[in-house]
Amino acid sequence: MKFALFQGCNIPARVGQYADATEAVLTKLGIECVDISEFICCGYPARNTDYRAFILSAAKNLAAAENADLDMLVMCKCCYGSLKKAKYLLDRDPGLKAEMNRFLKKEGLEYKNLIQVKHLLSILYHDVGIERLKSKIEKRYSGLQVAVSYGCHALRPSNVTGFDDPVSPRIFDELVEISGAFSVPWTRRLDCCGAPLTGINDKLATDMAQKKIDSAREAGAHFICTACPYTQLQFIAVQKRNTSNPGNHEPLAPILYPQLIGLCLGIDRSVLGIGKNEIDVSAIESFLMTE
Amino acid sequence: MFDYLFYTALIVFVLGSIYKVSTWFTQKIGVPAKETTIGARFVSAAMGIIAVICSSRILLLLRALLLDVVFQRRILQEGIGRWLAHMLMFYGFVLLVLMHALEAVVSEVLFSDYYATLNPFFFLRDFFGTMVLAGVVLAAGRRYIAKPQRLRTRRADHYAIVIAGVVVFSGFALEGLKISSYHEFQRMVEDYAGMDDEAEIQALETVWVRDYGTVSPNIQEPDANLIESGLEAHANNCADCHASAKWAFSGFAMAKIMRPIALWLDQQDSIAIMWYVHILACFIGLAYLPFSKMMHLIATPLTLMANGAIDRARSSPANILTRQIVELDACTHCGSCSLHCSAAMVFEAVGNECILPSEKMVLIKRLAAGKNLDYSQQKAIQEGVYLCTNCDRCTLRCPSGIHLKELWHSVREQLIADGPPLPHILTPYSFARGLVIQESLAHHEYVLPIEKARQAVAGRFNQLMNSEAPIDLGGQYMTGPQPAIGDNTYSRCFSCQNCTTVCPVVANYNRPEQALGLLPHQIMCCLGLGLTEMASGARMIWDCLTCYKCQENCPQQVEVCDVFFQLKNKAVQNADPN
Repeated sequence: MKFALFQGCNIPARVGQYADATEAVLTKLGIECVDISEFICCGYPARNTDYRAFILSAAKNLAAAENADLDMLVMCKCCYGSLKKAKYLLDRDPGLKAEMNRFLKKEGLEYKNLIQVKHLLSILYHDVGIERLKSKIEKRYSGLQVAVSYGCHALRPSNVTGFDDPVSPRIFDELVEISGAFSVPWTRRLDCCGAPLTGINDKLATDMAQKKIDSAREAGAHFICTACPYTQLQFIAVQKRNTSNPGNHEPLAPILYPQLIGLCLGIDRSVLGIGKNEIDVSAIESFLMTE
Repeated sequence: MFDYLFYTALIVFVLGSIYKVSTWFTQKIGVPAKETTIGARFVSAAMGIIAVICSSRILLLLRALLLDVVFQRRILQEGIGRWLAHMLMFYGFVLLVLMHALEAVVSEVLFSDYYATLNPFFFLRDFFGTMVLAGVVLAAGRRYIAKPQRLRTRRADHYAIVIAGVVVFSGFALEGLKISSYHEFQRMVEDYAGMDDEAEIQALETVWVRDYGTVSPNIQEPDANLIESGLEAHANNCADCHASAKWAFSGFAMAKIMRPIALWLDQQDSIAIMWYVHILACFIGLAYLPFSKMMHLIATPLTLMANGAIDRARSSPANILTRQIVELDACTHCGSCSLHCSAAMVFEAVGNECILPSEKMVLIKRLAAGKNLDYSQQKAIQEGVYLCTNCDRCTLRCPSGIHLKELWHSVREQLIADGPPLPHILTPYSFARGLVIQESLAHHEYVLPIEKARQAVAGRFNQLMNSEAPIDLGGQYMTGPQPAIGDNTYSRCFSCQNCTTVCPVVANYNRPEQALGLLPHQIMCCLGLGLTEMASGARMIWDCLTCYKCQENCPQQVEVCDVFFQLKNKAVQNADPN
């Protein structure tokens, strides 16, 4: 299996360990990832102000992946949602597609609707297969409780994203549970992390994140598991700023999914960037059973 | 005349360089710049340099010198073709200046047997010149023929290529003219050979016509009988001081090309004319250097070494500022940043050149020089700096090692504080600002640009925030039918309020209608009534998390969240109809 790895803008600049851990996990599973130099911003930040700019950005990425004849492996939930949305519109609106292709022609590209856009978690769950992933596990956690944060832009609108059941999704829970960890039920697991409003309405963005963190803590989670750089950065920023923490709790560390599963696959902690998270997650290693 | 021109150029060059270097300590960009004095910056820079030299970081500096300046690996990262072109130009040019232009102070001092017309110097001069010419041709080919996407060519870029091209080409032309010139042959015989036997001179001339490219009015076909004595005369009188003209291979080729008109050219004093063209081009290049993009010859190595050795986290604000101003001179406007920019397609859709990093640099240079930007430039640079995904690619790609993202961050706060309202602040482009920059600003400095943008996009519907005030439905904007938004899914709304009930933003407030102006179902209702502009003025649409819960839970498949996106687009257009 071979995919075009779409990192987006946040991961290389601010969450490099997410890419490192993902590539290590995929290598372990025999999946090849190709970096495509033509990949640019997915268009997500332009959606509020200029829809054409958003679609065009997304279309260039889709066309570049097509040019390489590879499905896209997207690591960010917001990139995923944007690429899916743009693809949805392009595939249903020939006029829009023609307009975008006029721009893409200058880049030597054309969008034809030949490839799929997939999130890392879907690829692990569906393409690799949960059973195969399970068979590769060398060490399991014991007594570890994890709150999985699904990510709005992957779940909804479900008719566009097609990620999982929007009301009671399962794939992230199952992907975590094969590690031996317990995926805690928590009320805000499908809610927004607030990242889309960071920098626009920081009070509201912080409230959203804090509610999620409190809810996960209440459910007894030791860690929040994420598969999106926005969510990861948001949970870190809010807890580092620490403006509304009445219980004076220890921060609830977010951990990236490939870091969590990577340890079970026997990948070295330094390769997974375990020490690079701004809120330390190394305590997770104490839950690993020695066999 | 030569001296007069040379010293004029040299004085302009020296004064220009002093001026340029002084601007590194006087020019300012960004907000923190206001508090730093020139003296403090100078002292700080000196201390910083001493600190690096006297510590183990000198090794980092030497490493950068070797890999980035000498080997130029950052250009290699941009492709072998560009690396080759630059290496050819750089080394050809440097060696040519040292050996040929500065022969009196370098070559003649270093090599006791230096003689411009003897090998290896005779050959090397052509070799170095050909290196430069090949590099210039490759560079010009890239800029004018290959034209990579989003490479912009400005006057400064034309000048650099034209000056370098004219310098080298006129050098070869001059050499070619001299090789073919009969007058030049006669002059050399008179000045150096000391021959007075006419027959011997004729024999020598025959050899030079046959072998050395001389075009003589007397000899069309070299007389085979004279060759032997000619060769002897050559060996006795010329060979000690003059290698075969064929060693100057490019000049010799030029002579061959000019051969059909060589006699005519020789009558026209063309050598003197070409000599003036050559030295004038050199002197113009010299005098113009501090003011041109060729200043990167000095600023780029400094930037590469500074960025290689400096501990960024511990740099003083004064040194960061000084380094940034040096970086402005290190930019060669090569377009690598714009080729790889993550916002490249946003530029293609929006058309504002300032979205491209290379073009932002042009305006930031003007800002740093204290030049006033007009309103449209101010708007353009503000938008350009903001429509950046903070992905760091420009910085990673820059062959000059300029920390571009840091430059954008430095100018951004000042631009959005002083400039007109910028709706793009109300988008996830602000994520990095909220995440990183927020900490370093006073609360009002941080919030002011956001509030300014909010007011601009609310249009006349700021009053929505005041539940006591009657809503004004009149006015010029409201006359006539308003265009529908999207594909009218809101028309299916039967006001069940599910969207509002599930909305996490609404749930966050005790009195949401006061905080948000209109609630999601009210906005759908507004649209149903044709009050598009009013709906686009509600604060709710900008406080929407875009979590799509409303849309997912709508029993009527109203695309609530997508309608909000369209309303936001609409509000931005209303805020700035141009």
